[in-house]
Amino acid sequence: MAVNPKKHEMPAQKAEVRAHNFEEVALGYSPEIALEEAARCLNCKNSPCVEGCPVNIRIPDFIARMKEGDWEGAYQIISRSSSLPAVCGRVCPQETQCESHCTLLTRAKMDPVGIGRLERFAADWHNDHAEGSAVKPEPNGHRVAVVGAGPSGLTCAGDLAKKGYKVTVYEALHTAGGVLVYGIPEFRLPKRIVAREVDTLKELGVDVETNVIIGKTLTIDELFEAGFEAVFIGTGAGLPNFMNIPGEALKGVYSANEFLTRSNLMKAYREDPVTPIMKGGYVAVVGGGNVAMDAARTALRLGAEKVYIIYRRSMEELPARREEVEHAEEEGIEFHLLCNPTEILGFENPENPRDPRNGFVTGIRCVRMELGEPDASGRRRPVVIPGSEFELHVDTVVMAIGTSPNPLIKNTTEGLEVNRRGGIIVTEEGLTSRANVYAGGDAVTGAATVISAMGAGKVAAKAIDEQLRRQS
Amino acid sequence: MYPIIRKKILNPTVTQMEIEAPLVARKARPGQFIILRVDEEGERIPLTVAGTDPAEGTVKVIFQVVGATTEKLNHLEAGQALQDFAGPLGTATETEGIRKVCIVGGGVGCAIAMPVAQEFRRLGAQVTSIIGFRNKDLLILEDEFRACSDELIVMTDDGSYGRHGNVTVPLKEKLEAGEKFDRIITIGPLIMMKFVTLTAKPFGVPVTVSMNPIMIDGTGMCGGCRVTLNRNGERVTRFACVDGPDFDGYEIDFDEAMSRGRMYADFERRAYEAACNLFRGA
Repeated sequence: MAVNPKKHEMPAQKAEVRAHNFEEVALGYSPEIALEEAARCLNCKNSPCVEGCPVNIRIPDFIARMKEGDWEGAYQIISRSSSLPAVCGRVCPQETQCESHCTLLTRAKMDPVGIGRLERFAADWHNDHAEGSAVKPEPNGHRVAVVGAGPSGLTCAGDLAKKGYKVTVYEALHTAGGVLVYGIPEFRLPKRIVAREVDTLKELGVDVETNVIIGKTLTIDELFEAGFEAVFIGTGAGLPNFMNIPGEALKGVYSANEFLTRSNLMKAYREDPVTPIMKGGYVAVVGGGNVAMDAARTALRLGAEKVYIIYRRSMEELPARREEVEHAEEEGIEFHLLCNPTEILGFENPENPRDPRNGFVTGIRCVRMELGEPDASGRRRPVVIPGSEFELHVDTVVMAIGTSPNPLIKNTTEGLEVNRRGGIIVTEEGLTSRANVYAGGDAVTGAATVISAMGAGKVAAKAIDEQLRRQS
Repeated sequence: MYPIIRKKILNPTVTQMEIEAPLVARKARPGQFIILRVDEEGERIPLTVAGTDPAEGTVKVIFQVVGATTEKLNHLEAGQALQDFAGPLGTATETEGIRKVCIVGGGVGCAIAMPVAQEFRRLGAQVTSIIGFRNKDLLILEDEFRACSDELIVMTDDGSYGRHGNVTVPLKEKLEAGEKFDRIITIGPLIMMKFVTLTAKPFGVPVTVSMNPIMIDGTGMCGGCRVTLNRNGERVTRFACVDGPDFDGYEIDFDEAMSRGRMYADFERRAYEAACNLFRGA
């Protein structure tokens, strides 16, 4: 039977409908589509796709199970490598990872197998059908503390728990999940999916302690004093960056972290929220990453009349996933490329200093850019075109231009070395400058992807296991 | 959950609660704050620590009922519990090298000023406290301040208790009379802290102000609490949750902070009215 050259389309809500609700955009394969898509896999002996996966999921093996309709069997294979399959199936950039290595693509110039979509199907099937089925492993008597319940921390915790370690995860916020709950919006990753994955870890025996800020409530040294033999730091990205242009303190200017946290974690998108957020009007999101796309699409769903993405390079350099950009364009987000803000404008009534409109955003002033010579990152450096200033009328501005590492742990942990940008310095195994202290994810690399954080959590879990075995 | 061990009404709008939170109680220093949520669906609000009892494992908070969440909080009684209580956050008030301090508190800000005054007393510094309220009915913590101050001056806006006038009046008198404070620490409404700073400026006394901006996470993630400092001719952004809440009064852009504090005024008023109606109906 000839292989279908096309990847099966992901069923999705229509753009004009989904732009006004927070329901998940991608609806997931049906069992019939999953079977047909699984059938496209050639089950290559050398399995190049596995090398493209940061957590090395045995991709051809799980797809082989799916060809037989053994969804649970497929899930079990995935879960051996990934602690968050339903999350990865949704937010991984498969097109630049596993799927970019698929033989169908590299040799036959066909669409690659829809590995991410199949992964999501198997994980969702498991979560819908196999309630409380995680088997608690035999305890090995060793204790490990994980700081931060985001993708890297949860992965590290899951991997260690499966080996029999007693793991406690400390989370600063009131809910576990990290960026998966405060950052990535409901329409891309429903919060119940994250909660279900966290429950699975708890079934494995992982304790999650919320409301504990390591570096404040407890220090890393106190964790060792309390009997933990190793610590993994997965605190994620920290303080949001601003552009340092005039007007950033006006009312209506948010960091993407704040805007998304208000909407996602604090549920400001609801009809009758307890946490406020500016809704409606004209919104400008500055930046071109996935976080910018999330913020723009969230603003739209909150009722914005118009949402602009302002990005200083061209579409070619725009770092967000293609799929997210396409979704955003379909939903009506307007892209102002090769543009850079120079000032945020605000209302000021000279007659009345008590005018309640004073200090609210009214617009954003930008300059147009052109691409010059490549810079250190290899991307062509944007250069200002003289005299190209223009203004856009907006009510809300969201700055999605990255974050800098959080200083709380560095400041309270003697001997923990960080680099010039504040990222924790680690070896290839994730070991920091402190014995038995490991780190991974955005706290090390600066803002990156969920899956690379998971990969780092996985590497560290392996290293912690080896280290503690050596010691005992 | 975090049980409420004791509750005390300090005045018609200000309540004191002692919450069981042993880890926070062990660590919290004067000037630091906590973040709490009343219930499962609640918003996160910052409250400054008003005292701790590490042996008992309790943390004291004092709050004014100003909105929906504090209204809900005020309806809880001892024996009930808070959903979330996280901290201590922010940096502790700097005390090193300060031998003679003037603490200027206004309204519910006095609840935060009190543990700071107590800390200076404990460290052996000479403490002058000036506390101000709108009227006699709103006066709180007078005995506590008297116990930890070498001198206490109580001011009311309407003259119904203590001296008549703003806190800046006795402060100015003292500075003009040649009192040499190593530091003035002021905690209260932004407008009061602004004028305390302006009063102190001609005398060159360092002023520390305690900022209480809108916050969500309190750990340096959202940036909502950012304040602008004028530092050596440059505008510098700092986050009150990790860099503060204490800042140099001469650097803070108070007008901007006041404007930002009113960002959700409409929303907050409506939510507060809704919460009040809810409790009235119940």
